[in-house]
Order: sequence, then structure tokens, then C-alpha cells
Amino acid sequence: MKSRIFPLIATIVVFILLYMIGWQRFPAFGTTRVVLNILTDKSFLGVAAVGMTFVILSGGIDLSVGSIIAFTSIFCALLIKDVGVHPLGAFAIALALGAAFGGAMGAIIHYLKIPPFIVTLAGMFLARGCAFLLSEASVPIEHPFYSDISGMYYVFEDKGRLTFVATLFVIVLLVGLIIAHFTRFGRNVYALGGDKNSALLLGVPIARTTIGVYMLSSVLATLAGIIYSLYTRSGYPLATVGLELDAITAVVIGGTLLTGGVGYMAGTLVGVLILGVIQTYINFDGGLNSWWTKIVIGALLFVFIALQKVLSSGRPVFKLPSLKR
Amino acid sequence: MSEMTQPAERGFSLQSLTRNRAFWPIFALLLILLGNRLIAPDFFNIEVVEGRIFGSLIVILIRGAPVVLLSIGMTLVIATKGIDLSVGAVIAISGAVAAVLVSTTDINPILAILISIGVGALCGLWNGILVAYFNIQPIVATLILMVSGRGIAQLITNGQIAIFNDETLAFVGTGVIAGIQFPIYICIAVFVIVMLLVRRTAIGLLIESVGANDRASYYAGIKAAQIKLFAYVASGICAALAGLILTADIKGADANNAGLWLELDAILAVVIGGTSLDGGRFFLGLSVIGALIIQSVETGILQSGLPPTFNLVVKAIVILIVLLLQSDVVRRWISNSVNRLRGQMRGQTA
Repeated sequence: MKSRIFPLIATIVVFILLYMIGWQRFPAFGTTRVVLNILTDKSFLGVAAVGMTFVILSGGIDLSVGSIIAFTSIFCALLIKDVGVHPLGAFAIALALGAAFGGAMGAIIHYLKIPPFIVTLAGMFLARGCAFLLSEASVPIEHPFYSDISGMYYVFEDKGRLTFVATLFVIVLLVGLIIAHFTRFGRNVYALGGDKNSALLLGVPIARTTIGVYMLSSVLATLAGIIYSLYTRSGYPLATVGLELDAITAVVIGGTLLTGGVGYMAGTLVGVLILGVIQTYINFDGGLNSWWTKIVIGALLFVFIALQKVLSSGRPVFKLPSLKR
Repeated sequence: MSEMTQPAERGFSLQSLTRNRAFWPIFALLLILLGNRLIAPDFFNIEVVEGRIFGSLIVILIRGAPVVLLSIGMTLVIATKGIDLSVGAVIAISGAVAAVLVSTTDINPILAILISIGVGALCGLWNGILVAYFNIQPIVATLILMVSGRGIAQLITNGQIAIFNDETLAFVGTGVIAGIQFPIYICIAVFVIVMLLVRRTAIGLLIESVGANDRASYYAGIKAAQIKLFAYVASGICAALAGLILTADIKGADANNAGLWLELDAILAVVIGGTSLDGGRFFLGLSVIGALIIQSVETGILQSGLPPTFNLVVKAIVILIVLLLQSDVVRRWISNSVNRLRGQMRGQTA
């Protein structure tokens, strides 16, 4: 059990270290503003990463989340602007659509036995393509509801703002935590990711769990799209290209194994925060170019994976599925 | 083996044909080409203008060259039960290296091209070492370079689009020999070399063995790690060649956008070609067919006059259909209904 929780502890230690380095150079890191800004700025990435955590825990992968966010943002924008639907109605329709989309991907993966990588790749093309069909340009949303939402925030003493979208991210994360660790569905996801054949023999409903996982991921991606549209007050078909990569990176940095079955939802939060801290640091430091973000994140990814390898050598938890005894 | 148990039908047998692995991808390619012909009546026309061969089919070959190259390398990697997500980033890096070398130094362009290919091999070596010797899952190991690779490429070009005026380097992308553009020669050369390597030496067999079961292969005396290393280095070299073509084509290296998402196209091409992501048996020629399918769809959409916004949707739908045709479940369903239909027809004639 210890080896399982270690990656999470390592992630938290690295986050604190990075934050300290930032604090040392820029005293502003000591205010709530920086943390809350990261939470707001990474809210849609975070919500998508929660869904991605479930998919990866189940031993799959979902490449479609970035496209679903873009589709949702433009879909809601057009529904509100051109059709005149109330934003809440638009959100409900988008969420239903997202659930159907994810369920369809899950069904194809399970029943037709096509690898998740390929199915969600097609889903990625489809969602992005549909977003382009709806509109090629950015569509601004001007609705009193949106102004109300962006007016809803709590200001701390040092002017840090806890925005609505950041709160939503934290709530989604808590709900995700409960689902992953304290419900039957969560246990099924872990079992499925740990060993599909054993899970089947133990009576885990494979079909229902697989479809449920992709449905959950797409619903959360849709929610992330709604957050994106609330945050930017617009819909944009070219939004969040490659966000799935950031989400996967956050999940992996958070200590979840891509082989499935091992990981913690809390790690994903820390993974998202680490991405945010690196970006904030590089933004604060005027001399560093933006491409350093990518290089540092790649290096960090390497360090984490190497760490997991070194710590886990010889323990069955970390063995590749191909090397099963 | 199923052909043995089936009663031999007179002459041409549809069943044995559809059972052939090569049937579905080639059938899909022909269908898409025919569809293109219906959209654009001059689709199959090939003419010689000023010593160059022109025509939509040639355009597909030229535009498809980078993905064809990537899919060759990717096939080897996937056959070892791996995956290489970094090829798009390697394209950006190798393009950046070549463009920066010829534009800022007096280096011989041929040497610059060789260095760029060497850098691609180095990237493959890095991936290969992580996968083969550190036992890191391929998808994670290559994710590292995928994430950081574009940053490295931007570092090399200093965030600019590196433009160059060197004719030798440009020749890689746009040169013409005997009426045919140079990228097509590169593809044919790489395909023939890799084909000879994997089918005329033991490497192909060893790759399939490692992909099917690397531990068993290791116990059988195969140096599984070295075989994996070979596959990733080959993929890196193929990516570097694709990067050179893409860079030479526009006489500039765009670190942000060169080869963006091409790794996905390459993986798709391999899967369409029938090589399983679970490793083992692989089909180089069919991967190339897969790459050509993807390019034909794209060229077809461009020529059809449909707004480019339809591009992704049509691509997604075609891919889904091809994948459904590949799926065992769907195939069984089709062959069952064909059999039932045939049984009914027999019943009627009897």
C-alpha cells in the first residue's frame, strides 16, 4: 500500500518545492491571489482532468476532451445568441449531448473492441469538426446570466478572488473524489483498470463500467466547456486544442499510472496546480520564453515517471501488463 | 485455414477474398478514390506538363508522403507493442535543426540534412532507451518528448519561423526527378529498405516475437530491448525525413505547427492497415495503404468544393466506417448476413 501512495506524496512535495521557489523569487506567491488565479485559470483543465483520471484509472484514454470543450462552448454560445435559449437550458442540452457522445464512444470501445485510443481519436475529430461546422469564428456571449455569474466571487483580504468557476472546479473534484474512492462505480473502475479479466471473473459489470467511464469523461468535458464559456464569455471552435494532453500530463504527474488501476483523485488536483505554478512562474519572469513551459513540464514528467520506476522496481503493482506472471 | 474447411466454390470466391487481410483496406481505398472520381470527373487524369507529372493521384502521393513515412516507422513501433506519440514533435525538431543550420551557418546543406536525420535518430534513441531499458510504458515515455519536443524546437528556432533560401534543402520537398517529385522517391526508398530489412532478414520475425510476448522472447534468447530500440530509432528517422519534407516544402521551419497531430494520423494509418495496437504481426504495405486512405479523404474533400470546415467531420466519419469494417464483430455480422442471404437464394433456386 505504501508504494501506491508514494507517488502522491512525491507530487505534493514537488508542488510545495516549486511553490517555495516561486515565493522566494516573487513575494506575490505568498498572497491568495496567485493560488486562486491558478484555480480559476485552470478550472476547465481541472474539470476535464477529473474525467480523464477516471478514464485512465479504468485503463483507457480519452483524446476527445479538448474538442468537446470547444464544441460545447460554441454550441452554447449559438443556442443562447441565435436561438434565444436561457443559458441554463443550453447547458442542460449540452450536457445531455455530451453524455450521449461519451456513451456512444464507450459502447464502441466495449462492444466492437476497438482500442480507446483510436475511438476517442475519431471522437476528437468529430467533435472538433462539428464545432467548425457550427461556426468558424469566435462568438461572444452577452447575456445577463453570464454577467451575474462573473459577478459571483468572494474577495479575500489580500484581494484574491475565489471565482464561481474555481469553486465549481473544487466541487467537481470533491465529487470525483467521492465517486472514485467511496462508491461501487469507483471500485469497479479500479478493478477494471487493474485487471480486466479478473474484474470480469469477479462479476464487475464491464460493459456498464466502460460505458459509464467514457460517459462521465465526456460529461465532465462538457462541463469544462461550459466553464470555458463562462470564463471567456464566448464560444470558440479553435479553443483548447491539445488540452487532452495537458489533462493526461496532469493526471500522470498526479501519480496515476497510465496502465490503469492505480492512482488517487487528489493527485490530479496537485498535478493541475503544478502545471499552473510552472506557467505562473514563467509568466512572472519576463525573461523566460513561453516555450520553457513545455520543456519544464516535459522534464517534470520524466522526473516523475523515473521516480515511480525507481521506487517501484520489483513490486507487482507497477508491472507492465505484458509482463504478467 | 478456413479456406481448407470451406467447400471450394467454382472459380472466384468472394468469401476467401473478403477473408484476406489486404482486402478491406484496399477495398476502402478504391471506394474512396471512386468517390473522389464521382465528385471530380478529372480525378484520375494524369498529364505531363513541362516535364512534371500532374494529377490528383500524384497530389495524394506527394501530400501523403510525410504520413506514409511516419506510418512505416510507426508500424514497427506498434508491432513491438509500443506507440510513438512524439513523431509530430520530432518533425518540428528535425525541421528546425535543418532550417536553422542552412540559414545561419555555412554548413554544406547535405551535411545539415544528415545532421537533422541524426537528430531524429537521437530522439528515437531517447524514446527507445526509456521504453526498452527503463521499462516505461511507451505511451508515457513518448509523451515526454511529445510535450517538450515543440518547446525544444522553438528553442532551436528562437521562437521564430526559421526561413531559408537553400536550394538543396528545398529540393527534398519540391525537387523533381524524371517528372516525379522527390518526396515520392524518399517514400519508395524507405519502404523498400524497411521491407527488405524486416522480410529478408530476421528482424521482422524478431519484432513480431517481441510484440507478441516480450518476456517469452527474452527467455528464448532474443535481445528484446535492442529490437525495441531499433523500432523507435527507425520511427525517429522516418519522422526526421517527414520533417525535412515538410520544412523543405515551405522553405521554413514552423516549430509550433509543423507536423501538428500527424502522430495521430500515423497511428490511425497503421490501425486502418490492420496492425493491432496489441503488437505482434504487422503489415507495412497495408499501413501505407492506410496513410493513402487518410490522404485521399483529405484531398477528396478539398477537391469536392465542400467548405474546408467539413474536413474534420468527413474524416471522422470515414475513419469510423473503415474501423467498423475492420472490427471482427461487424465483419462477423456482415458475413453472417451474406451467408443467410446466400442460403435464401439457394433455397429459392432449388
